[in-house]
Amino acid sequence: MHGLFAALTLEDFIARTISSLTKIPADSDTLLLTAFLAAAFTHAGLLLGLFGGLPVFYIWLERKVAGRIQDRLGPTRVGGGFGWLQTIADGIKLIQKEDLVPKEADALVFRMAPYLATIASFAAFMVLPISDGWIAVAAECGAFLILALMSLEVLGIILAGYSSGSKWALFGAMREAAQMVSYEIPMAICALIPLMIAGSLNFQVIGRMQSGGFWNWFILHDPFTFLAFFCYFTTATASVKRAPFDLAEAESELVAGFHTEYSGFRWSIFFLAEYSSMFAVSAVAAILFLGGWHDGLGIDSVLDSMFRGTGTGIIEGFSLGSYVANVFGAVVLITKACLLVFVQIWVRWTLPRLRIDQVMTTCLKYLVPISCFLFLAAVLWPLTLVTMFSRPVIAGPALGERALSHQTTTSIDASERLGAAR
Amino acid sequence: MIEQLLFYTFAILTCGGAVAVVATQNVVRMAFWLVVSLGSVAALFFLLHADFLGAAQLLIYVGGTVVLLVFGVMLTASGPYTTIKTSPAEGIIGGAVGLMLLMVLVSSIGSVDWGAISGRLPASPESPFTADSIREAHAEESLVNAGSTKAKTDLAAVQQQGRTVRQLGLSFLGLRPDRNLKEGGANGLAPGYFLPFEIVSVHLLVVLIGAAYLARAKRRAVSEDRVSLD
Repeated sequence: MHGLFAALTLEDFIARTISSLTKIPADSDTLLLTAFLAAAFTHAGLLLGLFGGLPVFYIWLERKVAGRIQDRLGPTRVGGGFGWLQTIADGIKLIQKEDLVPKEADALVFRMAPYLATIASFAAFMVLPISDGWIAVAAECGAFLILALMSLEVLGIILAGYSSGSKWALFGAMREAAQMVSYEIPMAICALIPLMIAGSLNFQVIGRMQSGGFWNWFILHDPFTFLAFFCYFTTATASVKRAPFDLAEAESELVAGFHTEYSGFRWSIFFLAEYSSMFAVSAVAAILFLGGWHDGLGIDSVLDSMFRGTGTGIIEGFSLGSYVANVFGAVVLITKACLLVFVQIWVRWTLPRLRIDQVMTTCLKYLVPISCFLFLAAVLWPLTLVTMFSRPVIAGPALGERALSHQTTTSIDASERLGAAR
Repeated sequence: MIEQLLFYTFAILTCGGAVAVVATQNVVRMAFWLVVSLGSVAALFFLLHADFLGAAQLLIYVGGTVVLLVFGVMLTASGPYTTIKTSPAEGIIGGAVGLMLLMVLVSSIGSVDWGAISGRLPASPESPFTADSIREAHAEESLVNAGSTKAKTDLAAVQQQGRTVRQLGLSFLGLRPDRNLKEGGANGLAPGYFLPFEIVSVHLLVVLIGAAYLARAKRRAVSEDRVSLD
């Protein structure tokens, strides 16, 4: 699980602080357990804050953008002129609603399905890096794991639709199932292209390979990855059932689709899951294609070198430079993901919904062949370059060399830090 | 301690979900309990640091098989909730088969000398979730060159935690660097899994083509009939 880790973990820091304050030896079992639990709850709280906080912002953004596109103002009253607190007010209203279960429904599955969707959506956040080394579970196969976790959300939606005992919900669930089973294929193939270029499933490695200028980003690696980004983004939009692929909840045809019978808290966590998944797929797109937490202009390396060495005296093994660079990287990654989410919102309010046969045609007749072609072409591209120009990339050092040089410098850094710690 | 707690939680969820699948008669509820059971198995794989296997379990069984199961039930069900009622005879036969399988498993697990096998595993650190052991192992990375065998085994154990993707990929391509480098080619080269991998791939392709053939709309025959009638 621990692929890469920070020089000083929070757990370690808490253990040392407590031991220095209370004079308990730092290797006692209770102290280590306390530190582990404190660090685990802090990390889980941070992730949960991100998971719950981003949808609050996105729902406000959705209303505001929709208003502007339709030549309205959107929310203006709650929380000042921009309606900042509109989502909070909505949430309070939703929690107060009665939790209804229809007589026809299969009560157990009906009650559990929203949790299934939400847990799947939250689990994806565990393997999503927010910045260099800021990841809850640094799994070696992170990209594979996140694709697997994001594909589980559909199950909650299908079960919700089926167990509602309503024809609208059943139709919504059937459409969702047909759509998701098909769209997973081009999405996985498109995600495979940058993974193949990086030669790794580890998000940390993929992110580090795109360090430096924006010309190092995988979207500009070759013409096929450039196209693959748009292909991936289309399928990702479909996989989080956003318009024009929102057939599962087509309001004009199916009342509200799979969540017709839901109310109150269970209804609202469906939306929590949907908006968090929008962030998750956008963040994956940002990491795989758009340089992850690197800003592309070298600001992070400037920040790192500006504060390098400061702060090591305050806390052992702590470098202010890398910390500031990490905070900046997190801001960059979240900004990139938010821009992509903005595009999804923009598309929703400007494009009409497709029919189900058009959705399936788009996937099976266009997106699957296109993604297969792009994958094949991206495999052949470096080989063609090698045979014609005897180098695998057009300009700059090859990816492998870049990763290698970065790895050696970081390992030197780590050994220096360890030396300083001793 | 926390690992043990998590292990017992997920083990109980796995077994309880499996029993619930057998005990319920409603097909969709069965699917829900199957999700609980299979998801907990994936969690057990993660606890054993088999990340790739856990992810594959989630993707194939929970995300693939169960979704297709529910999808199939939705498309084919005639009533609102499909139920499967088992007759007592079926229950007895199923129970007997299950009991025999359990006995086979228990007897085969009991016949293995686990002490000898665990000696062949690389020594694992006391609690792999504490960062200390990993940091120490990395600090000892420099000692590896000096020839400290303990540092070597510790490093191997740390590197083995969940980092199996590359080894898996290479062994599917027919390369076993872990085994070949260790044994120095004394017993000949380890073969890897290239042939089984290819056979499974071709098998899946055949299944896909077969499914497309069975599911295709037979419009051509109808149109030919119409032409002949004209």
